[in-house]
Amino acid sequence: MSNTKTLSIEKLRFAYQEKLALDNVSLTVNASDFSFLLGPNGAGKSTLFALITRLYDCREGSIALNGFDIKQQTRQALATLGIVFQQSTLDVDLTVQQNLHYHAALYGMSRKLAKNRIQEELERLAMFDRRSEKVAKLNGGHKRRVEIARALLHKPSLLLLDEPTVGLDVQSRLAIVEYIHYLTAHEQLAVLWASHLLDEIYPTDQVLVMHKGKIKAKGYSEQLLAMTKTKDITTAFAQLTQGELS
Amino acid sequence: MSLLHYMRAMQGIIGRELWRFITQRERFISALVRPLVWLFVFAAGFRAALGLAIAPPYDTYILYEVYITPGLCGMIQLFNGMQSSLSMVYDREMGSMRLLMVSPLPRWFLLLSKLLAGAGVSILQVYVFLLIALMYEIEAPWQGYLLLFPALMLTGLMLGALGLLLSSFIKQLENFAGVMNFVIFPMFFMSTALYPLWKLKESSKILHALASYNPFSQAVELIRFAMYGQVNKYALAYTLGAFILFSSLAIVGYSPSKGMMARKGMG
Repeated sequence: MSNTKTLSIEKLRFAYQEKLALDNVSLTVNASDFSFLLGPNGAGKSTLFALITRLYDCREGSIALNGFDIKQQTRQALATLGIVFQQSTLDVDLTVQQNLHYHAALYGMSRKLAKNRIQEELERLAMFDRRSEKVAKLNGGHKRRVEIARALLHKPSLLLLDEPTVGLDVQSRLAIVEYIHYLTAHEQLAVLWASHLLDEIYPTDQVLVMHKGKIKAKGYSEQLLAMTKTKDITTAFAQLTQGELS
Repeated sequence: MSLLHYMRAMQGIIGRELWRFITQRERFISALVRPLVWLFVFAAGFRAALGLAIAPPYDTYILYEVYITPGLCGMIQLFNGMQSSLSMVYDREMGSMRLLMVSPLPRWFLLLSKLLAGAGVSILQVYVFLLIALMYEIEAPWQGYLLLFPALMLTGLMLGALGLLLSSFIKQLENFAGVMNFVIFPMFFMSTALYPLWKLKESSKILHALASYNPFSQAVELIRFAMYGQVNKYALAYTLGAFILFSSLAIVGYSPSKGMMARKGMG
């Protein structure tokens, strides 16, 4: 594992008016790390993502992406980030290709470069043949693949995925989990993957257990089992979140 | 971030909006039906009821259809501005708005590009409407059609910015009817789109005052004068001022530090 801090979050605190959503959250994701942000619904995962992507303002604490402070150097920081939102952000009236070209334009890519990158990413996800189809015609798994291809177009160093497999069939789910793990292992991509689906965790993943806005535990699955003195990750997670697994 | 990056992004945003509009036939047709009904039904019916004196930019007596045509151009832009900005935030466009906001460009630039795209779509609609009106013998001098372009750009931007501003500050507005009742109808009816200011003065001083301060009235007047190859400087300054005000407030509303996104619970 490299020591490059791709994402560094320190003492982050965030509240929606009176309700505290994140409390003293600190975490680091390095190049080639697959960090699994595990938490029940409402744990604060999406709020954390909204802060990292600067959709919300980070008032207390700091977030840096590749050394760029998200508040002070927003554009440089965002340029290194790829994101797959929980809800689809594809334009269903446009074709796969048009959606990807739109994204490439937002990242300032030339038409030629965009065309090549689109081909590369879609081929890797076996979606190139469907590039001229309207997104509305694709199934959930294929839409997700297109979103992943899109998030990788500008070659980010950090990929954020917010519950990317929710609602997908088992096969599509496994394929996506495997592909993203492949990217961390072979392309030094740093990944922060938020989910509450425990079967998606690999033994090599750094697991961050989040509950009620706090990071309750950090470590590899084995370390979490030792810490909680449990035999499987489901029980460990249930113990850490006091039986509030959704 | 190079200038080229900005240009490519703006081209992408505008291109996407125009493409979507062209391919959505129902949206195109419904955007045209509304002003055409007003022109062919309402204006035809009112032709006899309303007498219009000669007033600039007209140098002769005109038919009521001729009078309301610029107002209907404004109406197209008013609906378009509200609809595109509101739908952008509230329904299916929510996702694409997020995507836009996380791209590595300044937020003001992204919002301005979005406004330009919306204005571009409304200009297309207006010219198609004017083409149909031309077949109905409602015509303006050819210079008017040219001068109309920058005027429509400004009025489209101003009305789009107003929609964007509303969308950034109103918390719950699932329903377009609310905006229709509280924004579009009052703005449209309390303006010079359907009747000149002096006519309003005859019936109510309050209405006259409201109509003269209504930025939509000034947008309509800018369009009206431009159609006849003239620049109404007061309307131009007023519309420009309103655009600067609305867009600045909308940018504040969309800035992360003001927390509009957070208030809406986008996470």
